Amino acid sequence: MMSKKRNIIALTIFLLVALATITANLWLPVSPAAIDANQRLLAPSGTHWFGTDDFGRDIFARVIVAARVSLAVGVIVAVVATVIGTLLGLVSGYFRKTDFILMRIVDGFLAFPALLLALALVAALGGSITNIVIALTIAFFPVMARVVRSAVLQIKNAQYIEAARTTGTNNVVIIFRYILPNVLSPIIVQSTFIFAKAILAEAALSFLGVGVNPSTPTWGNMLQESQIYITIAPWFSIFPGIAIVITVLSLNILGDGLRDAFDPHSVKKKRKRKPKQTAPAA
Amino acid sequence: MLSYTIRRLLSVIPVMLVVSIIVFLLVHLTPGNPAFIILGEDASPEAIAQLEKQLGLNEPLYIQFFDWIKQVMTGDLGTSVYSAQPVTELIFGNFGPTISLMVLSLLFILVISIPLAILIVSLRKTILDPLFTNASLLGVSIPEFWLAILLVLVFGVTFPIFPVAGYMPLAEGFGPWIYHLLLPAFVLALVEIGIIARMLRDSMLDSVNQDYTKTARAKGVRERDVLMKHVFSNALIPTTTVLGATVAGLLGGTVIIETLFTIPGIGQLLIDSIHRRDYPVIQGVVLFIAAIYVLVNLIVDLLYAFLDPRIRYD
Repeated sequence: MMSKKRNIIALTIFLLVALATITANLWLPVSPAAIDANQRLLAPSGTHWFGTDDFGRDIFARVIVAARVSLAVGVIVAVVATVIGTLLGLVSGYFRKTDFILMRIVDGFLAFPALLLALALVAALGGSITNIVIALTIAFFPVMARVVRSAVLQIKNAQYIEAARTTGTNNVVIIFRYILPNVLSPIIVQSTFIFAKAILAEAALSFLGVGVNPSTPTWGNMLQESQIYITIAPWFSIFPGIAIVITVLSLNILGDGLRDAFDPHSVKKKRKRKPKQTAPAA
Repeated sequence: MLSYTIRRLLSVIPVMLVVSIIVFLLVHLTPGNPAFIILGEDASPEAIAQLEKQLGLNEPLYIQFFDWIKQVMTGDLGTSVYSAQPVTELIFGNFGPTISLMVLSLLFILVISIPLAILIVSLRKTILDPLFTNASLLGVSIPEFWLAILLVLVFGVTFPIFPVAGYMPLAEGFGPWIYHLLLPAFVLALVEIGIIARMLRDSMLDSVNQDYTKTARAKGVRERDVLMKHVFSNALIPTTTVLGATVAGLLGGTVIIETLFTIPGIGQLLIDSIHRRDYPVIQGVVLFIAAIYVLVNLIVDLLYAFLDPRIRYD
């Protein structure tokens, strides 16, 4: 199947990016921090594959190293937002009494465009990596809570859960042993999309000058630095951007592929899908 | 419909309450004394004490909140620490460019994504469909600001067709206004075009093989009419639900696009205020944008209930 191949390619690309940045110190021929005033803004060549930046640093090396912060932020935000959102969604979906209060709070957070909420939070907290992770987690957990809640509502009256309840099974056991495993697929799909969105949002925050400290190479910071050289050294802008697109695209393809894989409708190879609540990206 | 409308209207109250608590707490999230941060390290103790009093920082938190919310209810969002202008004045002064940008973007989205989705569905058995599905994923994977930089490079520098920065108010004439907005509005629209067209395609494909479309075909209705009258009109309803999310995307995106194209809208105002640590303005803009978003969602939901009676009785 065409889409299966696509998913494998996407996964391979993503793993390659992750592996390249984790092992960068072992194989990069030049240091990403090596400044050379005589080598400023050089076009791509055999020695500098992606050219050099305004300090004469090798852009290829910097793009590879920059992936560390971008991926780390993305992964941590995806995991933490998933855990918080899932817990909230489970509690809210299962216990009617807490549902109203919890969902009004979630609705309040959802009333802000995600990027804007993150921007305002970073402005208040200050722009360190930890604060960016906190801000993005706050911006993205509400969607997860909503998705999990609606998945819980769909199955909470299933017979096996009724049965567990009548036999006096503890609510905590019901939630974690009977409900959670059955709502895992939307959670996994959504967390992949959050991962992708968090990478884009981190880049946007850094680009706007409220993100990670400018001295740390991140894709957003590189794009922010390169902006004024766009006419004389377009490669400085192009390569970090391509790195973002490749990484985020591979995650979005994976999310899309997982959704299709989990969707019982697509097993019959029918092109029949319900309108999605989990559209990728904002 | 009336009871649904009332229920939906009432649901705005708790949401806006939570929103205002979040916005209020923003200032109190800052590490250290807000007055100190606003005035800088060189400020005299008297100046800090005066600003503390002006911002009401000596009171307990809940009193501060009630004072603040009382002010906000009367339309007073406070005064800019930087320019000493009322925040509401600043917001409305900068809203023109933002609303122009958003309306033009929405227009781009509708004009491009609807025919695109219809085209894709009518050619669904060709290579065009998987091509489009992949392209729409690519669309949501591209950072807006990067795309904007590239388009500026192509259409502003290599082929200088469009201005790369600045804004002309509509009062200066329609021509200059739209000329300055075309490129930024298009960039802003691009991501959302992918999302809306994909959504529309998915829901159209949902009904392409439904019994009522089969019946229509069996009656001998032309395929074009089947698509337009039966498939498209039914797909439009679920698509309206994502319009709210589209507006959210646009509101978030304007911050980036306005900064890039130096358009003096509320997005630019927000970024400037963040750099100046002008918290009353930051709070005001964030609250204002959230209120717009809540309002848009309200309208979309009411519209949806109006179009699809099943929702009203849910």
